[in-house]
Amino acid sequence: MRISPFERFANYAILIIVALVVLTPVATILVTAFGPASASDARVSMWHPENFQAAWVEGRFGQYMATSVLVAVIVVTLTVVLSSLSGYAFGTMRFPGSTPLFYLFLLGIMVPAEVIVVPLFYDLRDIGLVDTIWAVALPQVAQSVAFGTYWMRTYFRGVNRSMIEAAKLDGASSRRILWSVLLPMGRPALTTMTVLVFMWTWNEFLIPLIMSPSGQFRTAPLGLAFFQGQYTQGTALLAAGAILVALPVVLLYIFLQRHFIKGMLEGAVKE
Amino acid sequence: MQTSSPRTDRTGRGANAASRPARRYQYSAYLYILPALLIYGAFMLFPLGRAVHLSFFEWDGLTLGTFIGFENYLDIVADEQLRAAFVHALVLMFFFAILPVCIGLVLAALLTRAKVRGLPLFRTVVFLPQVIAMVVVAVTWRQIYAPDGLLNSALRAVGLDAVTRSWLGDYDIALPAVGLIGTWVCTGLVTVLLMAGMAKIPVEQYESARLDGAGPIREFFSITVPSVRAETTVALTLTLIASLKTFDLIYMTTRGGPGYSTTVPSYEVYRRAFELGQVGSAAAVGVTITVIIFIISLIVNRLGERSSA
Repeated sequence: MRISPFERFANYAILIIVALVVLTPVATILVTAFGPASASDARVSMWHPENFQAAWVEGRFGQYMATSVLVAVIVVTLTVVLSSLSGYAFGTMRFPGSTPLFYLFLLGIMVPAEVIVVPLFYDLRDIGLVDTIWAVALPQVAQSVAFGTYWMRTYFRGVNRSMIEAAKLDGASSRRILWSVLLPMGRPALTTMTVLVFMWTWNEFLIPLIMSPSGQFRTAPLGLAFFQGQYTQGTALLAAGAILVALPVVLLYIFLQRHFIKGMLEGAVKE
Repeated sequence: MQTSSPRTDRTGRGANAASRPARRYQYSAYLYILPALLIYGAFMLFPLGRAVHLSFFEWDGLTLGTFIGFENYLDIVADEQLRAAFVHALVLMFFFAILPVCIGLVLAALLTRAKVRGLPLFRTVVFLPQVIAMVVVAVTWRQIYAPDGLLNSALRAVGLDAVTRSWLGDYDIALPAVGLIGTWVCTGLVTVLLMAGMAKIPVEQYESARLDGAGPIREFFSITVPSVRAETTVALTLTLIASLKTFDLIYMTTRGGPGYSTTVPSYEVYRRAFELGQVGSAAAVGVTITVIIFIISLIVNRLGERSSA
């Protein structure tokens, strides 16, 4: 199709304006993070990468990031394993009650953390599970497994059935078909799911806030929230902390942005 | 959608009937589902049921609760703060969903038709806010909205000193100010989603429209917008649900203030359960949010089915 030079120019103008609107806040936080933390620092220089080290130590981000990594490892591993198993059953097997059971899982994609977190806190408190890593991780596993089951079921249904039939004729058990045939083939589906679940877990706020009231298992986003509460003046250190919290997912996004965008859109369309 | 419905699947499987018995159930399926179901049941289904149960009680989280029937739900209409929270949610829906969809439709239309360079880079950029933790987004925007922040500095630089204010501290402005953060976050997702839909519109449709003498605006309303109805409804669902789950943004920017001018249902759940000791009321608000999310998803599914039929 032919496009007039004016239209072309207008398109570029809009692209640039929108990109600027998106990037200005990102640039603001970067500039603040590298800027002087105090008036005396400002006299020395305008470039202060040591803010990150200061935030890391003063904001205890080292400790919070370690908790975040631990929570993410638990949630992602359990989600990938459990969803692969359940998605395999829903996607390739016939059994009584498969449809209602599947809808039961589907329900979990829509349930917001707000509603489960209130009874969970009081019930887990009664059995002494609050303030453990499990209270922070397992509710997130439950949320992600709902999505993961759906995601993996879609993948397993899409697999050419003759692959499974051929493996069966060769005498492979259903466990072996899953492990040696379907999962190696499904690496793209698995990667996308891993990336999405990692992002959701890393960025989750409400569940870790409620489930670790003592702060012993505070994740990085919560560390940032408490840092903001303590250091109302030190915007430079706060900005540095914010960048530390966002960095793992943003780096992953930049490297795997195709998986991110595809995953978000496919997950969206299928919901 | 790539998945086939269960019905077509059953008939489609007839082709393989020769190689496998048609009606043999694989009971081992339950063993594959069991581990997922255990955690899902214990940490999702059970608490969901308990939330409904708790919502019929007046309970402070410590002593014995009192059964009060639907009173917590009636409060949502009667209690001024709760009512305000739900009204604020409606306002945020405009900023999180309606505004991004309007901007996204125009942006995606321009970008799909334009053969401009750097489109993949642009897509990566507009989608970026979607992957940044809401906490970080909140810290960033607090600095922009601060009395001596970027926004006020920019306004002063162009001589609009009269407009400057503490954006998050102003009773009338705080809610739209928070809402615009949502617009910033959601527009990218919506745009990319709509671009994917518009890429599927056959070029011939536009060419014949041009022959009929349609201008770009006619084209936009009579071809582009109707063709992406399915994508638009999906974008609306996602962003509407996102607007109902704004807890971290509110917690980090305004804590519902000034006064109660920016409180939202999800923040009320937190405040009531963990600050005010009104656990039953918190559960009722949580259940209400869940019901609203179900209704939105249901309506959109219906609309989606109709447009694909």
